[in-house]
Amino acid sequence: MTTVTTPQPRPEPPAPRGTGDPFLSVRDLRVRFATEDGEVRAVDGLSFDLERGRTLGIVGESGSGKSVTNLAVLGLHDPRGTTVSGRVTLDGQELLGAPRKRLEKLRGAKMSMIFQDSLTALSPYYTVGRQIAEPYRKHTGASRHRARQRAVEMLGRVGIPQPQRRVDDFPHQFSGGMRQRAMIALALVCDPQLLIADEPTTALDVTVQAQILDLLKDLQRQTGTSIVFVTHDLGVVADVCDDVLVMYAGRCVETGTVRDILKTPEHPYSWGLLSSIPRLKAPVDVPLRPIPGSPPSLLDPPPGCPFHPRCAFRDEVAGDRCATERPQLLLTGARGSACHLDGDRKRAIFADRIRPALGRRPEAASPAAAGPEGPDADRTAEPEADRTVADEPAAEPEADQGEGNR
Amino acid sequence: MSGIAMTKAAPAGEPLLEAAGLAKHFPVLDGFLFKRRVGAVQAVDGVDFTVHAGESLGLVGESGCGKSTTGRLVTRLLEPTAGRLTYRGQDITHATRKQLAPVRTEIQMIFQDPYASLNPRRTVGEIVSGPLEIQGLLTPGARERRTRELLEIVGLNPEHYNRFPHEFSGGQRQRVGVARALSLEPKLIVADEPVSALDVSIQAQVVNLLQRLQREMGIAFLFIAHDLAVVRHFSQRVAVMYLGRIIEIGDRDAIYEHPRHPYTHALLSAVPEADPDDDGRERIRLAGDVPSPLNPPSGCRFRTRCWKAQDKCATDEPPLVRLDGDAEGHLTACHFPQEPTVADRGHDVVLDPALAALEGTEPPREPA
Ligand SMILES: Nc1ncnc2c1ncn2[C@@H]1O[C@H](COP(=O)(O)OP(=O)(O)OP(=O)(O)O)[C@@H](O)[C@H]1O
Ligand SMILES: Nc1ncnc2c1ncn2[C@@H]1O[C@H](COP(=O)(O)OP(=O)(O)O)[C@@H](O)[C@H]1O
Ligand code: SF4
Ligand code: SF4
Ligand SMILES: [Mg+2]
Ligand SMILES: [Mg+2]
Repeated sequence: MTTVTTPQPRPEPPAPRGTGDPFLSVRDLRVRFATEDGEVRAVDGLSFDLERGRTLGIVGESGSGKSVTNLAVLGLHDPRGTTVSGRVTLDGQELLGAPRKRLEKLRGAKMSMIFQDSLTALSPYYTVGRQIAEPYRKHTGASRHRARQRAVEMLGRVGIPQPQRRVDDFPHQFSGGMRQRAMIALALVCDPQLLIADEPTTALDVTVQAQILDLLKDLQRQTGTSIVFVTHDLGVVADVCDDVLVMYAGRCVETGTVRDILKTPEHPYSWGLLSSIPRLKAPVDVPLRPIPGSPPSLLDPPPGCPFHPRCAFRDEVAGDRCATERPQLLLTGARGSACHLDGDRKRAIFADRIRPALGRRPEAASPAAAGPEGPDADRTAEPEADRTVADEPAAEPEADQGEGNR
Repeated sequence: MSGIAMTKAAPAGEPLLEAAGLAKHFPVLDGFLFKRRVGAVQAVDGVDFTVHAGESLGLVGESGCGKSTTGRLVTRLLEPTAGRLTYRGQDITHATRKQLAPVRTEIQMIFQDPYASLNPRRTVGEIVSGPLEIQGLLTPGARERRTRELLEIVGLNPEHYNRFPHEFSGGQRQRVGVARALSLEPKLIVADEPVSALDVSIQAQVVNLLQRLQREMGIAFLFIAHDLAVVRHFSQRVAVMYLGRIIEIGDRDAIYEHPRHPYTHALLSAVPEADPDDDGRERIRLAGDVPSPLNPPSGCRFRTRCWKAQDKCATDEPPLVRLDGDAEGHLTACHFPQEPTVADRGHDVVLDPALAALEGTEPPREPA
């Protein structure tokens, strides 16, 4: 049990946490769309913070409100038919309701974005170089010549071969991977402090995705940009994010560091996501464990906990509260989940029933790996849960073999 | 399974479908009024593989490498440009519609897009019973009973018989597509990216369903997907394609634990795993994208992105053969193969010039 809540011995990257004010702060964000069928509550009371130089991953299935959240932060929603409320502050400045002119000035300079579909984001009528140089000129007042030089420099930095020549190409002359690189060059040309990347690699091949993710990480190390990274892929989350926010039906159901979410998740929906994906190192002769049902309609979301129609654990909460009472996101520091199950119960369920089936390599769960502070970290551990952890390596022979093969 | 009697199941392990030198070239036309043939996209350019009864052969590779084209050749939705296709010993390469009729019922296809592949104006019942009706099998009453049974097998409510596709979610629509494919009791299902359009939580539902069909009904699969983890989960054997060729093929353990082709290594290394402790894997970062299949590189097609390429790679096409020390059935097309392990051996291969510059490493060699 103790290992469930104990940080692993490998040190966290020395990113500052809890120092000073967050760079981006979102409070009780609500976004509603008026549609023919009724009101769509796309984002329903979302709060999060992002500190300088860190990457926050927003994960969730399609329609959970990830893109709508980001468009609200960027001030890009069409005001007709859309109601946005809450607070969004960037470096202390309020963005929601800020004059359009000011937002325009911030976008592209202090904050910028990369979208999934680079073909629609880049204009087909202008050369790639011009599309990178223009915002640079606009925001820095640089000369035309200097801005072009900057475009060449940026294209080179993101790995476009022969940037001197390719700067005059049109987007359709680039391959998908090159266009996504050009988008990154465009997003970073003014040294933004906040980068919002909405599924930036979802449309790419896996080898190209790996290049682009590493490129973003390396550039961030150099520039200290804060990144909001939207994805539905937990593998990508593990690769690039420091912190994670799990969204379901327009709400945050769980948040914490990437280790918290991937190693000791507390929310049944997070468990479902982790259990349903196949892994390269997991045993193959056991069926995957899907989440039953499908995501809810946001026109008429379920009452109480939005996940309750699909949740296998609602019976463990007394009085059918899951179907009637909306669980609040309870935070301890930056860690928390929105679920009526109490903390010990959640940890026990994860240790007994969820983690053993994930087919992880056993050493992560072995008592030795808990590190020196392991035994003291959580005294609330239940004795039977302790045994489960100790038994786990034996319960995972396939994972053992996987190790032996290497 | 649900009382469905499976007829004449071919014995497991016997070759069901064999492709030899199979190729599809799409002509590229140019000119205004009078189209001239100016070249050909070599979408599939000579692939050999066998699907045995009851097994799943996975087909992986990056966009445009020819996976879907291979699937459409196998189901004879496309006419092969060259090569030979044999189904249960019968040459079906250029079989006519009439000759194909009995085979057509035994090979079915499931498509990626559960939205586009179902007729929106027909009820689910009509869609699923369509193949039975076309083949003139069973009386209308028996057809309906059978259809309800099929809906139940794929985990849909038989009561949904009269509903329309738009009333279903993506995962449910994919189940409808599966039920339709099952209606003629196929022996082989070609599944082209059957889960990639679905949400992660729903993908697992459909993968489990297909796996149950494979196991309980003994249906063989040609399982096409770009997601290496899904393919590993579903397929006993796996073929890796690159630019219209199979560059490595073998059983699951050979491809995922002991790959030899540099491209297979690069692919596996690029898969992000949802585990922050997932270290110990080698790190390979290629440069650029896949070249155009209009004008593939000479010799080994991977050589423009390969860090081990030598002169020979540009002149001699490497044959797909069993290498020294490899398991039986594990074939690789490479002159200078990798060690058979995916473990990190202490040095990254970073070919991407931008990454190499940022990380202060030099690319191992100048890109050709
Ligand atoms: N009808 C066609 N005419 C011309 N070229 C085609 C045609 N169909 C496919 N191609 C080309 O053949 C190549 C292989 O295509 P195919 O659809 O088989 O790729 P794939 O491996 O399935 O890719 P993806 O992962 O993107 O689905 C591509 O370059 C494609 O553009
Ligand atoms: N302009 C709009 N009008 C009406 N509904 C919308 C609009 N944009 C998004 N939505 C709805 O809001 C919800 C969240 O969408 P989105 O944020 O795009 O999801 P995702 O998490 O996939 O990015 C979805 O139900 C979507 O259909
Ligand atoms: S609140 Fe209830 S229904 Fe919601 S996730 Fe927790 S246990 Fe499940
Ligand atoms: S044949 Fe040569 S170029 Fe091709 S994969 Fe092998 S080493 Fe690389
Ligand atoms: Mg989106
Ligand atoms: Mg395809």
